[in-house]
Amino acid sequence: MLNEIQKQILQEVADMAAIPNGAVNIRTDGKKTYRSNSAHIRIESKQDKDGIDIVIDPNTVDESVHIPVVLTQSGFQDTVYNDFYVGEGAKVTIVAGCGIHNCGDCDSEHDGIHTFHVGKNAEVRYIEKHYGEGEGTGKRILNPQTILYLDEGAKVTLETSQIRGVDDTKRFTKAVLSGKDAEIVIQEKLLTHGDQNATSEMEVYLNAENTRTQVISRSVAQDKSCQVFYPRVEGNAACFGHVQCDAIIMGEAKVQAIPAITCNHVDAGLIHEAAIGKIAGDQILKLMTLGLSAEEAEQKILDGFLR
Amino acid sequence: MLEIQNLSYRVADTGGAGAKDILRGVSLTIPDKRFIVITGPNGGGKTTLAKTIMGINQPTGGKILWNGTDMTNLSITERAKLGVSYGFQQPPRFKGFRVRDLLSVAAGRTLNTSEACDYLTRVGLCARNYLERDVDASLSGGEVKRIEIATILARRCPLMIFDEPEAGIDLWSFARLTETFQEIHDKKEATILIISHQERIIRLADEILLVADGKISAKGSVEEIYPIILGDTVQNCNRLEVDACAE
Repeated sequence: MLNEIQKQILQEVADMAAIPNGAVNIRTDGKKTYRSNSAHIRIESKQDKDGIDIVIDPNTVDESVHIPVVLTQSGFQDTVYNDFYVGEGAKVTIVAGCGIHNCGDCDSEHDGIHTFHVGKNAEVRYIEKHYGEGEGTGKRILNPQTILYLDEGAKVTLETSQIRGVDDTKRFTKAVLSGKDAEIVIQEKLLTHGDQNATSEMEVYLNAENTRTQVISRSVAQDKSCQVFYPRVEGNAACFGHVQCDAIIMGEAKVQAIPAITCNHVDAGLIHEAAIGKIAGDQILKLMTLGLSAEEAEQKILDGFLR
Repeated sequence: MLEIQNLSYRVADTGGAGAKDILRGVSLTIPDKRFIVITGPNGGGKTTLAKTIMGINQPTGGKILWNGTDMTNLSITERAKLGVSYGFQQPPRFKGFRVRDLLSVAAGRTLNTSEACDYLTRVGLCARNYLERDVDASLSGGEVKRIEIATILARRCPLMIFDEPEAGIDLWSFARLTETFQEIHDKKEATILIISHQERIIRLADEILLVADGKISAKGSVEEIYPIILGDTVQNCNRLEVDACAE
């Protein structure tokens, strides 16, 4: 069913050494390669466009969703629409990663547009890993969009990471918290190198009482790579939001962070922090006194920063 | 044995004119397993001396030998691998680095929970509350300082240098810390070199070095050196003299 390259990429993006329990949909080069449903989670192909609907029954617990995407054909351009309907009170982990192996000279691109409807008091942990490899001159491009609608008391943790290998990425994340007590935590990790470009745009709307958000972005820009962050949070009710962007800049890289917070309600409390800088010299010195070389120390610091 | 021969360290003067000597021909020999305390006035060269032994400062003259090996021109990493360790006066913080990770790097292997807890307990930290925490700005100065000392314990080096380990540490933790230094000394685990201004640490020492103006101005036992320190303090401070007269 899957060749060795595809298996290896699945391991990278979804930690899948074998088909996991729960609902699974594996997409390779634009086609469904494997699908299974679980007791309370159904995956159905869309009729009007390319993509799937993932329907999670109310109060589903201890069931996971894995929907990895693998691209191995050089020059393949793939756009897919995945809609998640998470029922009331469900507690699920969703793993969605995309890996591109491009050994040709044409650009390979995957644009995953994911929309989440998270029901009352449901809890979702969403893990998304992006990865690229291959010796070809063709670019590896990923432009994901993640749109989330949270009902009352819903909690979502979004963990996204893109460590090496992806040449161009434009990420857009939008969360609308319409029900009171809803909460979203967005943790983004990014490492770019070579001539790579990455842009990450986020919009979080806190529209109901006691809604909360925490946006934590950690990134490393190496060589001549460029990164731009636009995290924006809008408080339209009594709410709390904290945006924290931290970037380590190396070589000739460029990093721009443009956080924006808007309070449209007297009881909205929003904070943003942004810091960009090179690795502190005293951190390297400290690790050298523990027996690491300067290069080992630098790598340890980066590993910890992006952990 | 640590041998320091005629060590000097000169830096360009901040004013741009000329140079300033931070260390002026320091010579000393420390036999293995001794407990030495370096004390003296601020700006006298104590930290510079310690950093020069670790290789963080490159001396402008003189030699440093460790067990007969001339390490004057060795890198920090090479000295660390020879068994020299140094606890910073103001340790850095690391975003994303857990206390557990830092202790494991120091030990040179992945420590299990029990081992990591043991090192933290020895510096007066309630271990289970700290192992998974990041060594970042969420920790207080005193907490970071004690974690720093724990990394030196985890290294188990034959030469341990601590730069003002008492700074920022509460009285209860400080008491535990002095016990730890005493234990290391009693068990003959390492040669200990501590820069300190604390009487309680000074009184643990086999020998005290008084460093002032880039030189070792006096050395000897607690009984010999302590009166000199106290005498200097009163003699050089008019205010203290006035207060003493008033009483």
